[in-house]
Amino acid sequence: MKKRLISLAAVLLCAVLAALPAFAVAGDTVPAGPDLQVSADYDWNRFRGQNVTLYVYNWGLYISDGSDDSIDVVKGFEDLTGIKVNYTTFDTNESLYAKMKSGAANYDVIVPSDYMIGKMIGEDMLEPLDFSNIPNIEKIGAAYKNLEYDPDNAYSVPYTWGVVGIVYNKTMVQEPPTSWDALWDIEYAGNVLMFNNSRDAFAIAAKKLGMSLNPTSTEQVQAIAEELKAQKSVVQAYVMDEIFDKMTGGEAAMAPYYAGDAIVMMEDNPDLDFVIPEEGTNYFVDAMCIPKGAKNKEAAEMFINYMCETEVGAANCDFIGYSTPITDVWETLDDDLKYSPIAYPSEEVLANTEVFISLPDEINSAMDMAWSDMKSYDEAGSGWMVPVMLLLALALIVFNVWRKLHRRQRSDLY
Amino acid sequence: MKQKHWRALQQAYMVLIFSFLYVPIAVMAVFSFNESKSRSVFTGFTLNWYKSLFTNSMILDALALSVAIALISALISTVVGTMAAVGISSMGRKSRLLINNLSYLPIVNPEIITGVSLMLLFVAYRGFAAWANAHMGADLVPQNIFGLPTLLIAHISFSVPYVIFNVSPKLRQLDVRMYEAALDLGCNPTQAFFKVVMPELMPAILSAFLICITYSIDDFIISYFTCGNLQTLPIAIYSMTRKKVSPEINALSTIIFLVILAIILFTNHMDSRKYRRDQQRG
Amino acid sequence: MVQKKSLAAPYLVWMAAFIIAPLIIVVYFALTDSAGNFTLDNLMTIGRYSTVFARSLILAAVATAICLVLAFPVGYFLSRLRTSKQHIMQMLVMLPMWMNFLLRTYAWMSLLEKNGIINRILGLVGLGPFEMINTSGAVVLGMVYNYLPYMILPLYTAMTKIDQSVVEAAQDLGAGMGKILTRVLIPLSVPGIATGITMVFVPAVSTFIISRMLGGGSNLLIGDLIELQFLGNSYNYNLGSAMSLVLMVIVLLCMSFTSSFDEEDMEGVV
Repeated sequence: MKKRLISLAAVLLCAVLAALPAFAVAGDTVPAGPDLQVSADYDWNRFRGQNVTLYVYNWGLYISDGSDDSIDVVKGFEDLTGIKVNYTTFDTNESLYAKMKSGAANYDVIVPSDYMIGKMIGEDMLEPLDFSNIPNIEKIGAAYKNLEYDPDNAYSVPYTWGVVGIVYNKTMVQEPPTSWDALWDIEYAGNVLMFNNSRDAFAIAAKKLGMSLNPTSTEQVQAIAEELKAQKSVVQAYVMDEIFDKMTGGEAAMAPYYAGDAIVMMEDNPDLDFVIPEEGTNYFVDAMCIPKGAKNKEAAEMFINYMCETEVGAANCDFIGYSTPITDVWETLDDDLKYSPIAYPSEEVLANTEVFISLPDEINSAMDMAWSDMKSYDEAGSGWMVPVMLLLALALIVFNVWRKLHRRQRSDLY
Repeated sequence: MKQKHWRALQQAYMVLIFSFLYVPIAVMAVFSFNESKSRSVFTGFTLNWYKSLFTNSMILDALALSVAIALISALISTVVGTMAAVGISSMGRKSRLLINNLSYLPIVNPEIITGVSLMLLFVAYRGFAAWANAHMGADLVPQNIFGLPTLLIAHISFSVPYVIFNVSPKLRQLDVRMYEAALDLGCNPTQAFFKVVMPELMPAILSAFLICITYSIDDFIISYFTCGNLQTLPIAIYSMTRKKVSPEINALSTIIFLVILAIILFTNHMDSRKYRRDQQRG
Repeated sequence: MVQKKSLAAPYLVWMAAFIIAPLIIVVYFALTDSAGNFTLDNLMTIGRYSTVFARSLILAAVATAICLVLAFPVGYFLSRLRTSKQHIMQMLVMLPMWMNFLLRTYAWMSLLEKNGIINRILGLVGLGPFEMINTSGAVVLGMVYNYLPYMILPLYTAMTKIDQSVVEAAQDLGAGMGKILTRVLIPLSVPGIATGITMVFVPAVSTFIISRMLGGGSNLLIGDLIELQFLGNSYNYNLGSAMSLVLMVIVLLCMSFTSSFDEEDMEGVV
């Protein structure tokens, strides 16, 4: 009898020991939606059933959202945590700033670029993050933390990084461009697209003039603005994300844009190529932040932690094309993407890049004013428009007076 | 010019104008069935974009919001506007003229100015609320009003004048004697109003209600400035057009067109039935 | 009749709070700087953008004129149809008007692009690709397309009131096409023309969507400038309010030429 019991216990022990690894593996990850697995080491279910809605404001086409057979990471988050996400998009840092500064909207998570984060920190518009809720901060490479815009890394968690360069259509240019002044070339008049936001556009013109893309005086701003005005006759349109359809559709020969988007465009249209001009370019980091006074700070931090999960980061990297700051994700990439000169340029190229810093108020307003001026500048039309308009006004006044007199004449007849 | 040449020219001109109006819509519809994402080359037939449209949560949420706001704001506008029309009609000529001219303002004012001015008002209110809350030490005054409240206020503000200008002429055409007869027969003023005046006004009130819904669902500019972090349908469409374009937009456009066409044919049918019935009644 | 002036009270309060007060706030912002001090700087700065204002007014005027010329015959022919047909045709004119404005403008993008449908069709016949989008012409086309029904309907309403016998009498008296137009049709449809011009010119002068989608971001109109100051790149409430003030004054000025503020006329709008 005893022998039987001992052998039974032994069998049970073996079974448990054999099953233990299975438990260990099952304990490591939990599913987030049908396609993703995230770390189980985190309490994702804290807000389940509490009817929480998170308002996320991100760049357009900047998350893997399920279109084009990609993984829907937002839905994955909703399934994992029971939190509803209201996801809306903006197209420039400045419009994000305008909406937030005026108080015209409340968001829980925003994804500005480096210099805008610096500006917002300076104006006390961001909440300091509680990193006990974002343990995945450890997974971000050291090279992307504690940068100049957020030196203590208290307010932001890097999301993507990249460089700016020229996307061009190989069949529509005589030779591949090597310098920023290809965008001013009259040869390609009407075939050049340009950034529709002040910072990026000024940066390119500054680089063309050999200046820093962080102007230090209003005279520099004016000089750069003059350069942009000179470019106007060559520019087909000022665009942000509308560029995708235009370049893939062959509407324009070349355009400056972000490396990640260039990769996506090149997948859609193999005629396209990307080059980082010799004068150097802008190196940017986009990071996730929480605006001051956000209602659901902890849920927002949960979302930020979720975005740093390896599989989520990989899905995003795959869909949006931008370079990832998460070391684990970089490890999982294919070699041709890992060492791609576009997505992960060499040290040499990176050394020739400059980061945006947030500019002092007077330079900012000079830049804003110069941008409005440049956009409204019309070298062809400025002369004749005002006199024509005055003539029209005169004609209207004469017509009105004639009409009143005529009416009186007619009523005089009866 | 010979009569039949004239008629041929007439018809040709009308066909030209109507094609001008409908060709872009037709093109959108054709390309909503396009296999590839190209907007100019038709590669193959597919219903995929319609399918993916129905799972696009951004569009569906925006549609729900637009419909909800349209219904609520139209309801409130119709009630407030009808009351206002009745009240205004019993005022003296000078006050009537003043109020009518002021009411004309939201209709005539460019939408961007209405939108901007409302946004400034709400931002100023928010600043005031923040100051008041800081002063009182507690969050008593609601501060974050951007979103549903601001959208509703904005939509009601531009809808009410349309109600007033729709109901007022009907009110003027009303036969006062009917109302007085009801009073003579023993009704008190309220009863007389609801039994005699309202039925006469009903067609105008209904058409005003429909106009409010239409303008509210289609409003983009005013909603753009007052929506906060919400998205109505036109705003969602706008953000779709700023990005890599998907034929889902074409599918959406075709569906909207078919819905409107159905509504028009339906109201036309109802109208002609009513017309025939009125004719029979003699 | 129903002597209840107080029924209008809720509306009057609402009007004061949400129609008058916002406009006063706009004026306030227009005349102050960011610190709150009174200044005329904002209005002076607008001088730099005079070409934008001029361009908006000219393009809107051209679009309005084209709409008027195109819509006049349509209104007339519609009004001469049989009543039953009139109803259907009226609906057909209104249908595009009820389609979403953005989608209608967007539809033209795919037609006008360099590799768009029109250029492809022309390419089949051998005509070179024309640069149609991102020009002022595209913006005017967008305006005409979007606002044509708003011109057709008032003209049609006005012309239904012109009895055919008047036209026939003129013909009997020996008037040719031109005389009938200038002496009979146009004078009698003036209220419709006035309404139509109002309903086309005001939105056309203040739009920012059409210029953004079809103008390529370099043909800035007043609407674009104002949007830039509030929700766009150049965050400057004071300048934006000043521009809005000037725009409002311009619109009211134009309105005073084209419409009378009498009660009966106003209802023609709705």
